[in-house]
Amino acid sequence: MAVFLQQIINGLSLGSIYALIALGYTMVYGIIQLINFAHGDILMVGAYIAFFGVVYLKLNIWLAFIISMIGSAILGVLIERVAYKPLRNAGRLAPLITAIGVSLFLENGGLMVLGTEIRSYPAGLITSAQLPLAIFGIKLTATTLQLLILAITIAMMIILQYIVHYTWAGKAMRAVSYDPDAARLMGINVDNTISVTFALGSAFAAVAGILLGLYYNTIHPLMGIMPGLKAFVAAVIGGIGLIPGAMVGGFALGIFETMVSGYWSSKLRDPIVFLLLILILLVKPSGLLGKNNTEKV
Amino acid sequence: MLLLKVENLNVYYGAIHALKGISLEVNEGEIVTLIGANGAGKSTTLKTISGLLRPQSGTITYQGQNVNGLPAQAIVKMGISQVPEGRRIFPNLTVRENLELGAYLRRDREGINKSMQEVFRRFPRLKERQKQMAGTLSGGEQQMLAIGRALMSRPKLMLLDEPSMGLAPILVQEIFNIIREINEQGTTILLVEQNANMALSVAHRGYVLETGRITLAGSAADLANSEAVKKAYLGG
Ligand SMILES: Nc1ncnc2c1ncn2[C@@H]1O[C@H](COP(=O)(O)OP(=O)(O)OP(=O)(O)O)[C@@H](O)[C@H]1O
Ligand SMILES: [Mg+2]
Repeated sequence: MAVFLQQIINGLSLGSIYALIALGYTMVYGIIQLINFAHGDILMVGAYIAFFGVVYLKLNIWLAFIISMIGSAILGVLIERVAYKPLRNAGRLAPLITAIGVSLFLENGGLMVLGTEIRSYPAGLITSAQLPLAIFGIKLTATTLQLLILAITIAMMIILQYIVHYTWAGKAMRAVSYDPDAARLMGINVDNTISVTFALGSAFAAVAGILLGLYYNTIHPLMGIMPGLKAFVAAVIGGIGLIPGAMVGGFALGIFETMVSGYWSSKLRDPIVFLLLILILLVKPSGLLGKNNTEKV
Repeated sequence: MLLLKVENLNVYYGAIHALKGISLEVNEGEIVTLIGANGAGKSTTLKTISGLLRPQSGTITYQGQNVNGLPAQAIVKMGISQVPEGRRIFPNLTVRENLELGAYLRRDREGINKSMQEVFRRFPRLKERQKQMAGTLSGGEQQMLAIGRALMSRPKLMLLDEPSMGLAPILVQEIFNIIREINEQGTTILLVEQNANMALSVAHRGYVLETGRITLAGSAADLANSEAVKKAYLGG
């Protein structure tokens, strides 16, 4: 029982990160039905912006978070305007291939500019300590970093829910994701709304990238690939296009992964995750929370 | 006074020539109807006026200003709102949120609230159901929501695309009464219909559209009595 609960605690941190990334995938999919394969690489750029901010500009970590979110949001909007917008009426395959191209560009560009060197955030950036926990008298531990990851993720989710449900931009996002032409008839600027969506998703990816760098204590130019793919699986599990689905899928996948590694073997972890993707696509392609694709964002 | 003037409008979908040089006028305070069979180009006309489609050639003048090729949000801002064919409400948003989106370009919170109360007075059923997802409304209620949503931008000119489609006769009558009321309160209306009978009974003037061309124009009474219209659209 203790091992099981401990795995859940560990899984929650990883799941938080997956959820943050999955939100970006799902929002973009909800609004333009594109699987933005460059999303994982935006996370990497976010992690590096914070790294350089902290190491060279001596920013404190919170300021680095903000700057990285802004920088990544700009990058996300730029990618959309330059690479995807011209293909808005070109069907679904062309933008998908372009997204893979953008992803390869960012990965190889990253390797060229940053080198293959593996870096890590300076030690002591956030205080790390083991916290003893007791649940029903069972002794467990969590690190301050794990709690911080969970807290930041929950805060981000609350902010997102607020934006989506109570702001003009959020209502415009939901309207565009359902029916772009009807949204235009309301006076909504569809292009700007798509940009806002990319900006939000990319800012979330930046947070995930920094947390990932802190969690694994490494950052490198290809760090976004695997978490990006995993978060894509999480978004599909929850129901692609559904914001609550990305949250549920992220946490579920994080916990599932740590369970597989903990009880079975960490070598089997990745194959099993992708097997899960295949199974979901076969059995319930609309995902856990999906109901016949009626609602998107 | 002339509010909207469409001259020699040509619109294509790829190789399909949907509007072949149509011209029409709408004066302030009027209800003008555009009737025609399936595929005549009625929706295409409204979509082009609303800025969803770009004409190949021709001009659209609104309040003396050329509005050709302006984006849809600019058209809404100038006071033209559309109730699209098939209602196109946002089913995943609440009734209230749908109405709020109708006022998307307005930022006067109090004014918006006032308009919302007016819509609720006109459609009490929407008030009762304001927190409900719009997708759960009945067809008639959805049509009322679509009309209410279009009113939220305080339009000078309202374009309605087949508001009677798919509704029971009693509801059709109700919708047409509402259209007449909205007009009497000062909103000019361009009404697209297949239900020529009903449309000509509320309209002042009308145009008949056939495969992308205007073939007849005149007062509603003249059109209702014309042999051609009777034969083609009034089942006589
Ligand atoms: N998106 C489109 N792509 C290609 N052709 C189109 C498109 N939309 C309409 N058309 C064609 O343009 C012509 C006019 O269509 P439109 O929708 O304006 O007709 P309508 O008078 O509104 O008909 P209905 O009464 O059935 O709504 C039709 O021949 C139609 O097939
Ligand atoms: Mg039509």
